[in-house]
Amino acid sequence: MLEKIKQLREIDKAKKIFLATIPFIILLMLYSLASTLRHQDNANDKILPSISQMADAFYIKAFVKDRRTDQYILWQDTFASLKRLAGGIFFAAILGIIIALHIAMLPKLDMLLSPFLIFISMIPPLAILPIIFIAFGVNELVKIMLITIGIFPIITRDLVLTIQKMPKQLITKAKTLGATQAQIIYTIILPQVTPRLINVIRLSLGMGWMLLIAGEAIASTEGLGYRIFLVRRYLAMDVIIPYVLWITLLGFLIDKTLYWISKNKYHWYCKT
Amino acid sequence: MKNTPLLEVDNVSQFYNNRRILENINFKINKGEFCTLVGPSGSGKTTLLQLIMGEQQAHTGNISMSGFPVKSPNIDRGIVFQSYALFPHLNVLENVMLGLNLQSRNNKVEHKLLLEKTFHYLSLVHLKDHAYKYPYELSGGMQQRAAIAQSLIIEPKILLMDEPFGALDPHIRDEMQVLILDLWEKNEMTVFFITHDLEEAIYLGTRVFVLSPYYQQKENKKSRNQGARILLDKKLSTHINSTEIKNSPDFFSMVSQIRNIGFNPKKTRLVDEFNTLHDQTK
Repeated sequence: MLEKIKQLREIDKAKKIFLATIPFIILLMLYSLASTLRHQDNANDKILPSISQMADAFYIKAFVKDRRTDQYILWQDTFASLKRLAGGIFFAAILGIIIALHIAMLPKLDMLLSPFLIFISMIPPLAILPIIFIAFGVNELVKIMLITIGIFPIITRDLVLTIQKMPKQLITKAKTLGATQAQIIYTIILPQVTPRLINVIRLSLGMGWMLLIAGEAIASTEGLGYRIFLVRRYLAMDVIIPYVLWITLLGFLIDKTLYWISKNKYHWYCKT
Repeated sequence: MKNTPLLEVDNVSQFYNNRRILENINFKINKGEFCTLVGPSGSGKTTLLQLIMGEQQAHTGNISMSGFPVKSPNIDRGIVFQSYALFPHLNVLENVMLGLNLQSRNNKVEHKLLLEKTFHYLSLVHLKDHAYKYPYELSGGMQQRAAIAQSLIIEPKILLMDEPFGALDPHIRDEMQVLILDLWEKNEMTVFFITHDLEEAIYLGTRVFVLSPYYQQKENKKSRNQGARILLDKKLSTHINSTEIKNSPDFFSMVSQIRNIGFNPKKTRLVDEFNTLHDQTK
C-alpha cells in the first residue's frame, strides 16, 4: 500500500517536471527555427545567432583567458556584478530592518518618518540615477548605493506592515515576562521578522538586478551589465543572449537559495 | 500594610466613543483567591482585564496592586490569552524559559539552574516530552498548557486568564480545568479568570463575579447609556480534581440563579438590590 502511494507520488513528480519543461522546449525550438531561416537567407546573420554560435561565444568568455586583461571575462564580470548586488541588498536590508523596527515600535518616529518614506519610495530610482552619478561620481560605492536606495524603501515599508500586523498580545505577553523595550525589539520582534526579510529580499531581487545593470551600463569597466552594453556596439548577440540567460540563471539560483534557507532555518514561519 | 489587598479595583468606569463600558467597578482580591469573572459577551470583561493589565488606563477610578497604582504590563501580573499567544519562533522549551532568560545574566551555572526549573514547569503541565516542538506542531490544548507554564514560571503575584479554554474541545476543557485548579493549589497562586461560560466560572472559582449591563438605575427606568457593573460577588466552595460536581442539583440551581442575574436582558434588578449583596465581601 505504502509502496503504491510512493510510486504514485513519483509519477506525479515526473509529470510535474515534464510539464514544466514543455514551454522551455517550445521556446528553444521556435528560436532555432527562426535562426535557421535567417541563416539560410544570410549566412553571416548576427541578429539571431545559432545555438552553437552562442555556445562558442560563451565558451570563449568563460574558459579562455582574455588576451588584453589576462582574465576569464565571464567570471570577472559575474564576480563584479554579484559583489555589487550583494552589497546593495545587504545595506538595504540592514537599513530597512533598523528603520522598520523602530518605526513600528515608536509611534512618534512612525509619525515623523512614515509619510516621508512613502513619498521617497515613489521616486523611480532610475530617474535619480543621473543625480547620484553627478553628485557622487561613478565609483564602485555609488553603484551599490543605487541598488540600496532603490530597494530599501520597499523592504522598510513591508517590514513595518509585517510588524504592525503581529498580534499585540505577544508584546503584552513579553512585557509580563519582564522584557524591556530593547528586549522586545531585538529578542522578540527581530527574530520573528527575519524570515519575512528574506522573502522581501527575494521579491526585490528583480529590482536589484535592474538597477545593477543600469548602473553598470552607464559607468563601469567590468560587470555583466557593462559587458552586454559594451558588445551591443558590435551587434554581438552571440554574447548578449548567453549573458542574459546567465543573469536569469543566477537570479533563479539566488531566489532558490533564499527560499531553501527560509524553509529550513525558519520552518515555523512557513507553517504559521 | 497587612490588610492591603493584592489587587484593588476602586470605583473604575471606562468609556469608549462616549459609550459607557464599565461603571463603578469595585472589588478587592486577596492572595490565594481564585476569582472568576463571568458575564454576557460584550459586557466589557476584556476591557476590565486590559485595565488590570495596565494596557489601558481607567478614565475614572484607580487600580492598584499591593497598594501601588498599576501603570503598564509587568511581571506582577501574568497573562494567559484565549489565543495562546506563544512566540512562534521559539520551541516549547524556549517559550517557557523566555521569562527566565529575559531576566538572567547569561552565565552557564545560572543557565543550568534555569533549564532545570523550566523542565520542572514543563512536567507540571505534562509537556516534558514535547519540549523541542514548535507551537505550530502542537494541539490547542498543548499550546495552552505551554502558555500557562510560560506565565507561571516567573511566579507572578496574580495570574490573569482571559477565556483561556474558550477555544478548546469540551473534554480537553474539562482536563484543563482540573489542571489549573491543581496548579493553583500546589503553587499557592492567585488567579483572576475571565469566562463567558457560567459552569466553568462556578466550578473553578472560590469566588465568582458577575459583570453585566442588565440592571436598572431607578425603578421602571432603563438608561440607554449604562455600563456593565458587578451584579454579584459570591464566595464559593471549590471542588478540586472532579468535574462530577457539575452534575449535582446544587450546581444547577447556582447556574440558573446567576443566569437570571446577569444574562437575561429582560429581568433587571434595581441597583439598590444588588449593591447590598456586593458589599458583603468589601
